[in-house]
Amino acid sequence: MDANPDANARDHFEVNMSTATRKRRVIPGFGLTMGFSLLYLGFIFLIPVGGLLLYTSMMSWEDFWRAVSHPQVVASYKLSFSASLIGASINLVFGALVAWVLVRYSFPGKKVVDALVDLPFALPTAVAGIALVTLYASTGWVGQYLTIFGIKVAYTQLGVVVALTYIGLPFVVRTVQPVLEDLEAEREEASASLGASRFTTVRRVILPSLLPALLTGYALAFARAVGEYGSVVFISGNMPYRTEITPLLIVAKAEQYDYPGAAAIGTVMLIAAFLLLLLINGLQWWTQRRGL
Amino acid sequence: MKNILKNTLAGALATLIAGSALAADINLLNVSYDPTRELYREYNAAFSKYWQAETGQSVNVRQSHGGSGSQARAVIDGLDADVVTLALAYDVDALRQHADLIPENWQSRLANNSSPYTSTIVLLVRKGNPKNIKDWDDLVRDDVEVITPNPKTSGGARWNYLAAWGYALKQNGGDEEKAYEFVRKLFANVPVLDPGARGATNTFVQRGLGDVFIAWENEAYLSVEQLGKGEFEIVVPSVSILAEPPVTVVDKNVDRKGTREVAEAYLQYLYSEEAQRIAARNYYRPSNPEIAREFADKFVDVELFRIDDVFGGWEKAQNDHFNDGGKFDSILESLTKR
Amino acid sequence: MTTQTLVHVANPELAARWRRATEEPAWVRWTLIGVALTFLALFLVLPLAVVLYGAFEQGLQVWWAAINEPDALAAIRLSLMVVLIVVPINLVFGVAAAWAIAKFEFRGKPILISLIDMPFAISPVVVGLIFVILFGSQGWLGPWLAAHDLRIIFAVPGIVIVIAFGTLPFIARELIPLMQQQGKEEEEASLTLGASGWKTFWYVTLPNIKWGLIYGVILCNARALGEFGAVAVVSGRIRGETNTMPLHIEVLYNEYMFTAAFAVSSLLTGLALVTIAVKSFIEWLDERQRPAGDSH
Repeated sequence: MDANPDANARDHFEVNMSTATRKRRVIPGFGLTMGFSLLYLGFIFLIPVGGLLLYTSMMSWEDFWRAVSHPQVVASYKLSFSASLIGASINLVFGALVAWVLVRYSFPGKKVVDALVDLPFALPTAVAGIALVTLYASTGWVGQYLTIFGIKVAYTQLGVVVALTYIGLPFVVRTVQPVLEDLEAEREEASASLGASRFTTVRRVILPSLLPALLTGYALAFARAVGEYGSVVFISGNMPYRTEITPLLIVAKAEQYDYPGAAAIGTVMLIAAFLLLLLINGLQWWTQRRGL
Repeated sequence: MKNILKNTLAGALATLIAGSALAADINLLNVSYDPTRELYREYNAAFSKYWQAETGQSVNVRQSHGGSGSQARAVIDGLDADVVTLALAYDVDALRQHADLIPENWQSRLANNSSPYTSTIVLLVRKGNPKNIKDWDDLVRDDVEVITPNPKTSGGARWNYLAAWGYALKQNGGDEEKAYEFVRKLFANVPVLDPGARGATNTFVQRGLGDVFIAWENEAYLSVEQLGKGEFEIVVPSVSILAEPPVTVVDKNVDRKGTREVAEAYLQYLYSEEAQRIAARNYYRPSNPEIAREFADKFVDVELFRIDDVFGGWEKAQNDHFNDGGKFDSILESLTKR
Repeated sequence: MTTQTLVHVANPELAARWRRATEEPAWVRWTLIGVALTFLALFLVLPLAVVLYGAFEQGLQVWWAAINEPDALAAIRLSLMVVLIVVPINLVFGVAAAWAIAKFEFRGKPILISLIDMPFAISPVVVGLIFVILFGSQGWLGPWLAAHDLRIIFAVPGIVIVIAFGTLPFIARELIPLMQQQGKEEEEASLTLGASGWKTFWYVTLPNIKWGLIYGVILCNARALGEFGAVAVVSGRIRGETNTMPLHIEVLYNEYMFTAAFAVSSLLTGLALVTIAVKSFIEWLDERQRPAGDSH
């Protein structure tokens, strides 16, 4: 996240070395803030999630395995994860572009566009799903033109991708934007004055500085997409084995009073999401360490 | 600044709390499924009036609507329902199986299998019936697309499925294999499986998907008369199932809250002539034969079979067809291998 | 900025080359703007247009009638109350967590950050399930709660908890990178000059993180208003009591009252965007107060 990590990191390092013992006592509040954070995180998050894991662990291994490895469930993992991956990738490219355009260029209506980016968070997911299917059904505002080219969006896997792109859209934009705003012009100028072309400057100077933010945004968009339910069910068609997402199967299990089955699939998704986030946060920590 | 903020917050909270307090002698909570909203809005007003005249107490009936299964689940998990009015006996029976909230004999406590009103499954087609759909047989034709919700998540859709199955059994002299093949072919014609009944209605009506929509009679009427006037027609098949949406008092809850008397009266009054007319006006078939005759033009006489007679009751039907590894799962699996 | 001005003055031809190297040509610029806006039009503006069209299709009066109706008003009240509780709590948590993570070194930091991110990644459906397993009358704490006549799920506390869970990361996630980047020199200077911890936080840290904070509040508010999946499981959907705005919208939609459903949606969108107007207003105040010439 640091705009100029090379120099800063070294400064920090030296300052820290010489005054480490004194420093630790200067800034107060570690106990208070850490204590409160852990307490809150514990009550709101850790205890409930621990409860889910404990609940799942009370199943026998065979029951657990049967619940999570049924072909229908496996087909839904494939769809949920691949559609989320595609959606997050679309958001990575276009989100970075939108952030760039919003920070670097000026055009009429920029403020309005900036405000609209948060819309997918604000609109209840069900409303988003209804709006999207109104647009992309073969009789819809956009869908009728796509049908001419033989493209079907609603009630296909493409529809799932559209919905998952929509709900993850703000993440990449909003993580990249502040970093881009803070990027110091001096470095680009230095690169330019050393004779680098604009393309080289973007590739070698700007992109690496944005990498951590891009990764974070990507991870969050992906994670959010995997769990999404409300908007997808309206546009996907929900055909088992073809357009059925994993969260829908969890709902179906719960609906049949099969809480253990629902919890088992939920646990699989939970662990996958946590590993993914850990991987991305670790990657970010590693890139920062390397002093990009 | 801080004081202003505090005062505003306190003020806002006070209004919020005051706003949610209800002024009635008795509060009842009726946990129901989606398509009964209109019915109970009318009925609750009628019952309040009746109870006020009868006892002088004012009753406020609060409503909760959702998918039948998830509503039953909420009651099992602690939603404080005084009465439940759900789509199928299986969901009501879950209150006993999973939480012991009602006694075993719950369904015999009220007349007519505790179903004050009934319905059946009919076929909704587009104006002029362009695909010339007459009966269940037309639903397995190659050129017909069928809309029905997912029986795994929608109680209403289980009636649809069983109606088709029952018809096929009857046509083939009780041959289960042939019935399986019939329903399999029917589901091969289904392009979209909405999780809930009302979502499926919207798919058929709003999105224009499908040629025929399998629906409860009351839902079909609602679509014909309110959603798209003149755009749809109802086709009554030769044979269908008697859909019995049962009601019951939730014993554990009413005993704790001390509302048993009024809750029982609330359900009993559903059988009164006034309530039967309300049900009929909302397109449910009244159980009172006299009232049914009044509305005879609305409800076509059709050969109806009962789930108990053909499928051996809900529990067996659920086990054989809809539970994991049941016949519906096997149909889905075979359809993907095409 | 200064180097560039110098170059400009010294040599116009060099200045042109300089621009080429630090800016994109106009056609690239406009193409990028065009692509970005097309993307946003397809994914943001059109869905919003559907909602607004649906809301106002039958005129303002119908819109108003859908809002000014007891069940809708109850849903609005409930949603606002939940936001008034959830956002401040998550604000305090966000600041505290960011302070601990950004100003101190400790083991397991990536794990803590990943844990804070987790609520984003858990399906709302699973969140609902978790709290039912915990607090439901068949759940672990259910019997105890029932014995003490406490209601968590199918009542307001349950709704507050699941929304707090779902929006937990927003403010923390916004502040952590910002405070990490800002380092701790300014706070240290203030503290060595004898200011108290609270004073330092109030006069040094807070102004520095103001924008991130406002931003986090905007997102948290928007998400708290819009949360649907988890709330649907724990609310019990009692009309006029435990239906939040998104649930009320679903109710209306399922009653085939499409105009009313879109009307309440449009109001919800408006409420979520109010915070953005507030942000713009603060920005404007801020610019006015600053002496001219200070860019950024």
